[in-house]
Amino acid sequence: MIIDLGYGALVIAFLVSLYGIFAAIYGEWKKKAAWVESARLAMLLTFPLITISAASLIYALANGHYELEYVASVTSNSMPLYLKVTALWGGQAGSLVFWSWLLSLFTTAVTLRKWDRDREFLPWVIVVSLVTLTFFLILVIFVENPFARLWQLPSGQVVETMVAPAGAQVFLRADGRGLNPLLRHPGMVIHPPMLYLGFVAFVVPFAFAIAALVTNRADDRWIRITRRWTLVAWLFLSLGLVLGGRWAYDVLGWGGYWGWDPVEIAAFMPWLTGTAFLHSVMIQEKRGMMKHWNMVLIILTYSLVIFGTFLTRSGVLSSVHSFAQSAIGPLFFAFIAITFIVSLSLLISRWDSLKSKGQMTSLLSREALFMYNNLLFMGILVVCFWGVIFPLISELVTGQKITVGPPFYERATAPQFAGLLLLMGVAPLAAWRHSTFKTLGRAAWKPTLVSLLVPVIVIIGGLRQPAAILGFWLAAFVVCVTLYEFWRGAMARHRRAGESLPVALWRLAGRNRRRYGGYIIHLGVVLMAIGIIGIEVFQSETQGTLAQGESLTIQGYTVTFESLNVFDTSEGRNVARAVVNVEKDGRNLGELYPRRDYYYEAQQPMTIPGVRSTMEDDLYVLLVDWEPISTQGATFKIYHNPLVNWLWLGGIVFILGTLVAAWPNKDKEAVRSRVSRPRYAATKA
Amino acid sequence: MNFTRRKVSFLFALMAMIGVLLILINPAYAQDETPGTPTDNEVNAIAKQLYCPVCENIPLDVCPTQACAEWRELIRLKLSEGWDEGQIKQYFVEQYGARVLSSPPASGFNWLVYIIPAVGILIGIFLLYKAFQSLRAPLKVDEEDDLPEVDDDYVARLEDELRNR
Repeated sequence: MIIDLGYGALVIAFLVSLYGIFAAIYGEWKKKAAWVESARLAMLLTFPLITISAASLIYALANGHYELEYVASVTSNSMPLYLKVTALWGGQAGSLVFWSWLLSLFTTAVTLRKWDRDREFLPWVIVVSLVTLTFFLILVIFVENPFARLWQLPSGQVVETMVAPAGAQVFLRADGRGLNPLLRHPGMVIHPPMLYLGFVAFVVPFAFAIAALVTNRADDRWIRITRRWTLVAWLFLSLGLVLGGRWAYDVLGWGGYWGWDPVEIAAFMPWLTGTAFLHSVMIQEKRGMMKHWNMVLIILTYSLVIFGTFLTRSGVLSSVHSFAQSAIGPLFFAFIAITFIVSLSLLISRWDSLKSKGQMTSLLSREALFMYNNLLFMGILVVCFWGVIFPLISELVTGQKITVGPPFYERATAPQFAGLLLLMGVAPLAAWRHSTFKTLGRAAWKPTLVSLLVPVIVIIGGLRQPAAILGFWLAAFVVCVTLYEFWRGAMARHRRAGESLPVALWRLAGRNRRRYGGYIIHLGVVLMAIGIIGIEVFQSETQGTLAQGESLTIQGYTVTFESLNVFDTSEGRNVARAVVNVEKDGRNLGELYPRRDYYYEAQQPMTIPGVRSTMEDDLYVLLVDWEPISTQGATFKIYHNPLVNWLWLGGIVFILGTLVAAWPNKDKEAVRSRVSRPRYAATKA
Repeated sequence: MNFTRRKVSFLFALMAMIGVLLILINPAYAQDETPGTPTDNEVNAIAKQLYCPVCENIPLDVCPTQACAEWRELIRLKLSEGWDEGQIKQYFVEQYGARVLSSPPASGFNWLVYIIPAVGILIGIFLLYKAFQSLRAPLKVDEEDDLPEVDDDYVARLEDELRNR
């Protein structure tokens, strides 16, 4: 019953979405506000309907309805309740339901905003949002249906369909196969929802951009409306990426956080274009320029969001041949192609009306530096995109599989990331419209001088790697410039208004949260950069097989193997847990417990490191192998990861900065300035 | 005006050259490899440059499967027989194809993987150059001699930016 309810709600949501698309287009075509309002209500209705569907699926997951193939594939009796619930996004069909639910949540939130002054956008925002939602509902209902039951035919054969075949009985299992062990981690509970939230939230600015194109609004109204939506999307996407990195560090057992895996890159690409967009829209807001480019960026971001989902869901990454065999792969491919071509065609048709009157007046102005920043983001995007799809092209053309791994990406992107750090330091000092070397030099010499102390100190301290020295200087430069900007602003207020420095700082940040939130984000990026430099340049590792009482040494640490226990757990795991003692420079630092879990149901091992974590470094110990009978000897792999915790600290600062930037301003009138009265509202009146 | 355009052209030509050089130059990340007793560290130094031939995107040194453990033992065996890193990598390529390498060999069709990003970035620089071609000379007021004191200028600019957020 509950399963039929869940599927039925999905089907109704699909029909309601189709109706909403039709009503919005018809209402706009005939200029009948009632039809557009009806479309708006239809869009509102999708959220409760998909909520019913998602809740039904969660009920089935939590209560072991193993007659559903999806439930059987991602849950088992031994799994705790929270994992059964989060198994909603543990498999393909469920994650598509989750995607649809989040999208309906965001589109509903958009629907509930006040539309009085932007009524002309409404029908097209509805159309774009519902077309996207309809596509995902088609996938869920017709291709990857999580509510499909297993049926046993009279012949004994088991088939998976929604409707019972003639003479068939429901095929009941006593237990499911369980969730992929790698996904049974707290990080994986939060990471996918954050990523999906980021993905779906970018649909909102895209929908407004398309609405602006269709209605031929050449002003920056769509950007101002969606500014906070974009920041929220970016916040969730960033959070998803950081949490994904942390999950990889904790669970994948290879001592790193980012492996340039295509799945990681799939989530990183829309972040790149989204970040470029966040910078570029400021040029349009301040100077009325870059209108075409902003449209290109948001179209790219939307396409990359769908492309990212396509990459991870179509099977194309394992092989182009499995893509061809995949049911949803070709549909995704067609949807991306159609939306991309339609969006670009629309942009080209509005090309002339989007031409800006503003002109660049300086190679060193703030807007020019933002354009260099965009160039670098696009450069990194090209590297990532090409690196991901080249193996597929190569397989198609030559029939041979190849790997494009970290060396390619690191070599091609490292200089560009360094360039971005430099721009992050210089751009806040540049004025809009016009800056010269002299004006920039006047503003920059003090923070530059202070920042140069850092490379001097690290060189005196014995550091000789040029890449690390350059990286640390760039980090110091950005920190000095950012803090200097806070200082200058607060001092200016202090002198003019007589405010105390903390009050001046608080009020300064409060007057433009986006600007100062952005500076906090920059500080977060710098902290992350320090962590990345630490692990990329200074990481070391060692491996050895030890008898009990024997030790391995690395970077001053001595790790001594003490004991090993192998036992089964009640939830179907075989655990091999080692105890090692850690000393540094003769000082006992305590014990670590690296272990290897083997999940019987999934027949999959999982390596959980024992980690001693400080801001200086991480000692990351992995149990690689052991003598199965005596457990007297074991092989350990040990990584020394300097500064890696700065990466996580930077992630937190980064997120805090984004929250500051996205926090609503009290003074809404300032945001509403420069807005012309929409023509549709007049028509309606 | 011509002078400004020349400056723009020069800057972009410089950027293009730097961009291409940065992409093409291979930083010296290579590690010292000395054949000798095949310890785990020596095995891993080679294994980390190879990818598991059957798994997706997992370097051989960290792959937890039994097959990969056997391949690591194969590397140990080859090292003990006096093979060097290049020979072992070549052996794996011959056995399992180029997919075991962490980057495609720079030959034949695979050249494209290295060339296209550089070409893409050059196109980006060219587009930026076109955008700057219409660079308009700034008004004289902000030329050096007429510059106000830095702090006054800064306060005015800050106020302007905060007003127009």
